Amino acid sequence: MTKELIKGNTAVAEAALRAGLEAYFGYPITPQTELLEHLSARMPELGRAFVQAESELGAINMVYGAACTGKRVMTSSSSPGVSLMMEGLSYIAGTEVPMVLVDVVRGGPGLGNIAPAQGDYNQIVHGGGHGDYRLIVLAPASVQEAVDLTALAFDLAEKYRTITTIMMDGSIGQMMEPAELPPFQPLKEEIPAWAVRGAKDGEKRVLTSINLDPPTQEVMNLRLMTTWQKIEANEVRWKGYHLDDAEYVVVGFGTAGRIALSAVRAAREQGIKVGLLRPITLAPFPAEILDELTEKVKAFLVVEMNTGQMLEDVRLAVRGRKPVEFFGRMGGVVPFPDEVLTEIRRLATEPQTTAGHPRDRWLARLTETIG
Amino acid sequence: MQQEVIIAGFGGQGVLFAGRLLAYTAMEVGKAVTWIPSYGPEMRGGTANCTVVISDEEIGSPFVKNPTAVIAMNKPSLDKFEQLVAPGGVLVVNSSMIDRPVERTDIHVVSLPANEIAEALGSSRSVNMVVVGALLGNLDLLPMEAVEKALEAHTPERHKRFLKGNVEALHKGAEHRVAEKV
Amino acid sequence: MTLTDVPAKVVYSRPDSLECRGTHYCPGCTHGIAHRLVAEVLDEMGIVEDTIGVASVGCSVFAYNYFNVDFVEAAHGRAPAMATGIKRVYPDHIVFTYQGDGDLASIGMGEIVGAASRGEKITVIFINNANYGMTGGQMAPTTLPGQKTTSSPTGRDVARQGYPIQTAELLSTLEGAAYVVRRSLHNNREVRRAKQAIRTAFEVQKAGLGFSLVELLSTCPTNWGMTPVEAREWVEERMLPFYPLGDYKISSAVAEWMK
Ligand SMILES: Cc1ncc(C[n+]2csc(CCOP(=O)(O)OP(=O)(O)O)c2C)c(N)n1
Ligand code: SF4
Repeated sequence: MTKELIKGNTAVAEAALRAGLEAYFGYPITPQTELLEHLSARMPELGRAFVQAESELGAINMVYGAACTGKRVMTSSSSPGVSLMMEGLSYIAGTEVPMVLVDVVRGGPGLGNIAPAQGDYNQIVHGGGHGDYRLIVLAPASVQEAVDLTALAFDLAEKYRTITTIMMDGSIGQMMEPAELPPFQPLKEEIPAWAVRGAKDGEKRVLTSINLDPPTQEVMNLRLMTTWQKIEANEVRWKGYHLDDAEYVVVGFGTAGRIALSAVRAAREQGIKVGLLRPITLAPFPAEILDELTEKVKAFLVVEMNTGQMLEDVRLAVRGRKPVEFFGRMGGVVPFPDEVLTEIRRLATEPQTTAGHPRDRWLARLTETIG
Repeated sequence: MQQEVIIAGFGGQGVLFAGRLLAYTAMEVGKAVTWIPSYGPEMRGGTANCTVVISDEEIGSPFVKNPTAVIAMNKPSLDKFEQLVAPGGVLVVNSSMIDRPVERTDIHVVSLPANEIAEALGSSRSVNMVVVGALLGNLDLLPMEAVEKALEAHTPERHKRFLKGNVEALHKGAEHRVAEKV
Repeated sequence: MTLTDVPAKVVYSRPDSLECRGTHYCPGCTHGIAHRLVAEVLDEMGIVEDTIGVASVGCSVFAYNYFNVDFVEAAHGRAPAMATGIKRVYPDHIVFTYQGDGDLASIGMGEIVGAASRGEKITVIFINNANYGMTGGQMAPTTLPGQKTTSSPTGRDVARQGYPIQTAELLSTLEGAAYVVRRSLHNNREVRRAKQAIRTAFEVQKAGLGFSLVELLSTCPTNWGMTPVEAREWVEERMLPFYPLGDYKISSAVAEWMK
């Protein structure tokens, strides 16, 4: 297969199509819109369902309906639109029907701006919708990775009857990179046993998220958690760079991760033994590798395009055994590699502590620079 | 080995396509490449820029603060990016649209009246190709033949009639050598 | 005779309630005209200091930069709800929303119907430009059958994508709506008529007569891919037949007051 130079948003749309996407429902919002636009042309061409909904609220509930048929369904949006989808996501999780959501994150809160950001981490990774549910979160750092994770997202969603979210920031949506698109998969022929289809076989199926009887609801919650444990055991993904001899480790996902990679390389050139851990699944979180690294390294630096949301998950994994520092830019401001390099140098040259909170130290430093 | 180029100008000057051309070429000669535009309301305001990173290995940051090269197609772009060119780098200036001298002395400045050059070729839409040519003539970035090939491959059918003018513009721009290639 | 010899008389100037600054609107976009008309009305009615505007999400998201009155910015589609909140706290103030067709007739259809049916005493300036301007020209609920947009690339296919919503007609069926009309901004005569309607809409609010809305047919030359002149012609030729101008709801109280 040859590579093509393709925009992240378009690539994810085309990859979903090739993975057998049968129904897409969405609403325009920058910096995600090319995804919807691409499918507005391609889905009808292939005789598949495409609806530009009246709102994200409409879109997610159309997805809910289509997901109950067991077909491959997807929606995509960006932060403010994803906020509107939270109710639907909770219902979908409560009904255990598979779907894929793409969140092309932008600067916020509120209307914010359309620049790349990672401020949706908590909303996506730690819930957002009401009630007790978890969803799988994949965080690509390049167009190729976004393509590869798209097909995986559908497979995982179906395997575990869960929601898989691809969370990427605006720059991955807008960036062009060479990528190899996968071949077309045939559409799924088999309808999963639980899916509604009309009770022709004499068997009636009901899909609902209501459980008036608390003990019954509790059994359902337990099943969700047992599934989640399986996901945690089997589906953690991450990529390491220069970790073998690393004395310091930078942790960053998505675009922040690849910016950190540039900084890590520059620091290596200056003789600092630093590596990079780039989580690919944010949920389930790569806690185990962090645990292992904690035994070996001197300190961690978490880099994010937010106020330190994944930071808390890293701290939980490190459990105070080694110093964890933080560097982030917010509101759609993207850090440059040299800013991260400065932080790596600080980590390697200044005394570090496990006391206090890294966010406070970061804020104090940042307030000096951006006031 | 990694090189970074920022191309900046008014919307409509072909800034984004100029960047994509470099990206296509880089891809076709087997390099890793990222192309990222400035997007959003900024573009409606009339200025646009894109950043192209070309490398032999997996690219880290697609954003660069101090690029190896900058092409400034108009004055606001020069004002914004002049100070950011990496020392020893290349700055291509479209003097047709810029009436002030460049201040930096630690970089290679290639100043040329790209609008007039394109018009003289009878191809006024090819201003972006003139400046890309000038960049290629002064920076060892990508082989000219490969750029030409990519240009041909990625010129849509309805624009094929501009191809010849564009290729000429590339070559004309490349004649503006300031020194040995960097 | 040189120009300076001619005695000068100011015949036209910027309304006080419009800030003195350039807008971010594209050349030839009629959002600017709509702004000016609203500002003239606020000036003429002497209500500038009592007015609170609610901007929506669309190209007019920065309307608050142009009007010299207090302003809030709503979430996409929710301006009528936000306006309700303000009006209920300040019943004596003049509260208006300024919304595009994606904002009002798609994502915000619930809120506008709610406000109109409650007879909420607010004024809505509704810009119908047959597409989503800000996000780059996607299909809107107002997009005409067959019209090409970036999300209906082969033209709006009514079998798949349904029919456009005639908002003024729809809202006119609600008992709470007091004054609902459609005007256009595509030529001078219609601009003058639009201003009259905007004036009436604000007067209706001031007199406490209920919900008022003026739908304005508007151009989006940028996303329609037309020159400003072509865009105006397109409004006349294509939009007018589907969106007839007229008064869709004049409640008896308003009719009484108009006498
Ligand atoms: C919840 C949410 N969904 C989507 C968007 C993206 N968005 C911004 S403006 C807009 C459409 C605006 O179109 P319209 O209301 O017709 O106004 P116009 O720009 O044409 O004046 C959309 C969909 C958003 N900001 N918030
Ligand atoms: S995009 Fe359309 S609606 Fe928005 S400012 Fe430009 S012309 Fe006006």
